[in-house]
Amino acid sequence: MAERIANALHLPVGSGLSNRKATFLTVVLGSALLICIVIAGAALTSSAMHTDLAQKNLPPTFAHPFGTDWLGRDMLTRTLAGLSLSILVGLIAALASSVIALVLGTFAAIGGKRADAVISWLTDLMMGIPHIVLLILISFALGKGFWGVTIGVALTHWPTLARVIRAEVRGLKGSGFIAASSRLGVSRLRIVRDHMLPYVLPQFLVGLILMFPHAILHEAAITFLGFGLPPEQPAIGIILSESMAYLSSGMWWLAVFPGIALIATIMLFDAVGSGIRKAADPMSSQE
Amino acid sequence: MARYALMSIGRFVLLMLAVSIVVFLLVSASPVDPVSANVGQAALANMTEEKRAALEAHWGAGVPVHERYLSWVSGLLAGDAGTSLKYNAPVSQVISERALNSLALMSASWVASGLLGFALGVAAGTHRGSWIDRITKAYCFLLAASPTFWIALLLLIVFGVALGWFPIGFAQPIGKAAADVTFADALHHMVLPAITLSLVGVANVALHTREKTIDVMGSPYMRFALARGESKLEAVRRHGLRNLCVPAITIQFAQISEIFGGSVLVEQVFSYPGLGQAAVAAGIGGDVALLAGIALVSAALVFGGNLVANILHGVLDPRVRLGGAHG
Repeated sequence: MAERIANALHLPVGSGLSNRKATFLTVVLGSALLICIVIAGAALTSSAMHTDLAQKNLPPTFAHPFGTDWLGRDMLTRTLAGLSLSILVGLIAALASSVIALVLGTFAAIGGKRADAVISWLTDLMMGIPHIVLLILISFALGKGFWGVTIGVALTHWPTLARVIRAEVRGLKGSGFIAASSRLGVSRLRIVRDHMLPYVLPQFLVGLILMFPHAILHEAAITFLGFGLPPEQPAIGIILSESMAYLSSGMWWLAVFPGIALIATIMLFDAVGSGIRKAADPMSSQE
Repeated sequence: MARYALMSIGRFVLLMLAVSIVVFLLVSASPVDPVSANVGQAALANMTEEKRAALEAHWGAGVPVHERYLSWVSGLLAGDAGTSLKYNAPVSQVISERALNSLALMSASWVASGLLGFALGVAAGTHRGSWIDRITKAYCFLLAASPTFWIALLLLIVFGVALGWFPIGFAQPIGKAAADVTFADALHHMVLPAITLSLVGVANVALHTREKTIDVMGSPYMRFALARGESKLEAVRRHGLRNLCVPAITIQFAQISEIFGGSVLVEQVFSYPGLGQAAVAAGIGGDVALLAGIALVSAALVFGGNLVANILHGVLDPRVRLGGAHG
């Protein structure tokens, strides 16, 4: 635990444990914790709606560590349910977005000059409108709701990873084994599938995992603004936007704890992603 | 120089054209029916079929997409961005009123976050491994994981509600006539949103400047300066700052997109009447013309930022001159 916190905060790692082991531990523990959050949240979704007006507006106590809201709903339960929902949206969106990035990045690298120009122009176009505005537009176009926000996040997050993959594949094009198979008459599609994709896979996976935090943050933001998940679902964005009406009456726990839980989740994802990158990259895997 | 200007204008026109097409397609793909969204359920139910048809014809409900797009764009070129249904005023008027609030907020936090981030980055880079370096890094990573709107909520809870130092929303005191609002009032209402945006905007510049500072500190000219007996501070001031400025300024201009996105969230939390809040209200209320107008303005702003970054890069760094003359 202390190790993981030290890693996330970039404190010096204790000398008792080698860095490699610490990285490994971070990845395993982080993933386990995230899986726990998802399972717990999914199991608690129905009880997150449970109202108990006898216990409303309670500040944090031992029985309700995160307090309760104006309907007597336990905030810890709601937060966990919201986190698992956010992770689900982030998972679907980041997966879809990274596949878009993989296809477009590869195509830009091997599809010739014109394809490259079109895709790089498309990337510029995506980066030319602020993310949030584009997300509002896409969500609006799709009639809001779960799919509105998921598709919106998926459609807006590919440019960075696409650039990485394009550079990677372009670098590959000049290498000996690609030249050899193309001289041997292997079709371009097969070269991509059998020789290039396995090579960029580690980069792709790392990019995918590091995309989660962004996807989750943007999902929460767009839901907070009212364009994402519908208000009856206990999403983090909904919890925080509902809490705004009660902040002026001093109910700070409605906003503070769910936010901290969201940040912790995002940092966990980040720690796991960076750990996997360190382990996958031969330059740093022995550190 | 003239060639560069011409090319920039060309790129701008092309980009705006593409953005306008994308925005228009997205907006018109929305399942929100403008007739039922703007008439109200009761009125809609009471309307006769002919009246409804007349209304639909008046708003051009049956016109094909490309014709609607052409009429919108030709209106835009003539300076008419349509009428905002939500605010019942021309879109250009709504945008220009709110742009003033937003630009004040964004430019204040843009400058503040740039300076703070640069200072933190240089301090962390020159004292690598020290406590200031560690705090800066931890702060930046923590910030990268925090939702902007939550930071805004946190500041609102601490300074707005608990301490009561700052108002909890809006751009001017409630219940005061517009003529009586002083500059100090407006400033007082802008502080919390601006601080939020600045705190969030620091991370990018600080981390990049830190990396660059470490590079510069290890360079031969810096080592020579130090060997000659200049103090670290002197050496950084004389030989480092100009080098370090270039990437920081480029990043800060490219950051405008992020600041705009952040301002949407922050304005929402503080009920600050700016462009971002109008965009959200327009999106929720199905005010298509306003939403499209704000999207275009934001794209123009981002493009402008990138353009200025490119030009300044050439001015500050003699190795990168416009027109490709490398020396």
